[in-house]
Amino acid sequence: MRLITPKIREIKAKDIADTVAQLCQRANLGLDEDVLTALKQAQQREESPLGKEILHQLVENARIAEDKNLPLCQDCGSAVIFLEVGQDAHVVGGELEAVVGEGVRQGYTQGYLRKSMVSQPFSERKNTGDNTPPIIHTEIVPGDHIRIVCLPKGAGSENMSRLAMLRPGDGREGIIDFVVRAVDEAGASPCPPLIIGLGIGATSEGAMLLAKKALLRPIGQPNPDPEIAALENELLSRINDLGIGPMGVGGSTTALAVHAEARPTHIACLPVAINFQCHCSRHKEARL
Amino acid sequence: MEAVPITMPLDRKTIKELTAGTPVLISGTIYTARDAAHKRLVEALKNREGLPFVLKGQTIYYTGPSPARPGRIIGSAGPTTSGRMDIYTPRLLAAGMKAMIGKGGRSREVREALQKYRAIYFIATGGAGALLAQSIKKAEVVAYDDLGPEAIRMLTVDNFPAIVADDIYGNDLFEQGKARYRKEKG
Repeated sequence: MRLITPKIREIKAKDIADTVAQLCQRANLGLDEDVLTALKQAQQREESPLGKEILHQLVENARIAEDKNLPLCQDCGSAVIFLEVGQDAHVVGGELEAVVGEGVRQGYTQGYLRKSMVSQPFSERKNTGDNTPPIIHTEIVPGDHIRIVCLPKGAGSENMSRLAMLRPGDGREGIIDFVVRAVDEAGASPCPPLIIGLGIGATSEGAMLLAKKALLRPIGQPNPDPEIAALENELLSRINDLGIGPMGVGGSTTALAVHAEARPTHIACLPVAINFQCHCSRHKEARL
Repeated sequence: MEAVPITMPLDRKTIKELTAGTPVLISGTIYTARDAAHKRLVEALKNREGLPFVLKGQTIYYTGPSPARPGRIIGSAGPTTSGRMDIYTPRLLAAGMKAMIGKGGRSREVREALQKYRAIYFIATGGAGALLAQSIKKAEVVAYDDLGPEAIRMLTVDNFPAIVADDIYGNDLFEQGKARYRKEKG
C-alpha cells in the first residue's frame, strides 16, 4: 500500500490573533444584513404601536452604531470562538488557544468594547480586564485551513438558556411544550425579538453546543431536513402567539427565527437544549 | 402615543401621573448601578455606613457602559436585565430611591415595594446602547471606580427614551401587553 503524504500547510499564529481581533470588533460594531432585513420586516408586521417603536429604535441603533463606531450593545459579550481546524493545517509561532486569547484581548481593547469576564465565578468575581478567557470550541475537519467564527454572547439572553432531558415518549409535542414554556417564562429578559437556537438529541452537553451553533445560521434559513423545518415553523408561530412582543411590551414579534438542529441520541434519551439569542445576533467569521 | 417629557429627579406630582405603558423622554440627572454596585450599596446600608451619593429621591439606571473612545462622553449604554437587581431593590426603595430604568420584568416583591414607597420602574430598549448613548450629555464616575464598567456614574441625560413599566398603582406593562396580544392558549 502506498501512503499518500498530504501536504501540510502552515498558518501563522499571529495571523490567527489578528483575525480574531478583527472579528471581535466587526461582530460588535455592525449588524448583519439578514438581521437588519428581519427587523425591518418585523417593523412592518408588528401590531403593537410600542412594539413598532422599539423595532424602529433597533434599526436606528444599527445605523448610529455604524456611523459613530459604537458597539451595538454595551454588553459586548463573552467571546465565544468556534475553530474549524483542517487536519492538514499546522499552526506555527504560538499555541493555538493562547493566540486566540491574545486576539480577543487585542480586539476588545483596541475596539473600546466592554470587558465583561470575571475570574472566579462565585466568590471573587474580579474583572479580568481584557475580556479573556474566550470560550473556544475546536473541531478537526478535512482540509488545510482554519475557519474562525466569533460570536460575542450577551448575558441577558445567555442567562435564559435551558436544558431538558425529555423522555423519548414526550416526542415532538414534548419539545414544543418545553420550548414554548421556556420562551414564555423568559419573557422580556432575553431582549426579544429573539433568535431561538435548539439542539435536539446527542447528550446533554452535545445538545447545548448544537443549540449555540444553530444561532450561526442566517436568520430564517430553514433546516434542510423538511421535518425539522416544519418543527421550526410551528415553534416560531406558537412563540409569536405568546404576545410577549419586542422587549416584552406586548406584540406579535417575540422571535425572528427558530433554528433547530437534530442529532442521533441514546435509546433512553431525548435531550432538548435552548440557547436564546437577542435581536442583535452578532457573529462574524473568516477563513485562513 | 406621544412621549411625555419628564425631569429627573422625579417630583411627587409626576410620579402620581405616570402610568404603565406611557412612553417618556427623560431629562436631568440619573445614576448608573448594576450587580456589583448594588451589592456594595446594600452592604453599606446594612452596616449603617454612608452611601457614596445621596440616593434619596434619585433614579438608578441599570447599565454598564462600554468604554468611551477618546474625546467621547461614553460608549454604548443600554439597559441590563433588571431582574438580577430584584433582591436588592426593596432595600434601596426603603432608603428613598424613587425610580429605576432597566429592561425586563420585576419580582412581585419589587412591584409591591414600588406601590409602598411610591416609586416608578421604567424600561428602555435593550440592545439599543448606541442609540441611547446619544441622549447622554455628561458622565462622571462618582463611586466604586475599581468596578470598571460597574462603577457608579452620575449621568446627565436629555430626552432619553423610556417607557413606564410599573407604576405606583400596581399596573404592569408586561402583563398588560401580553394579555392584549396573546393568541396562544398557553
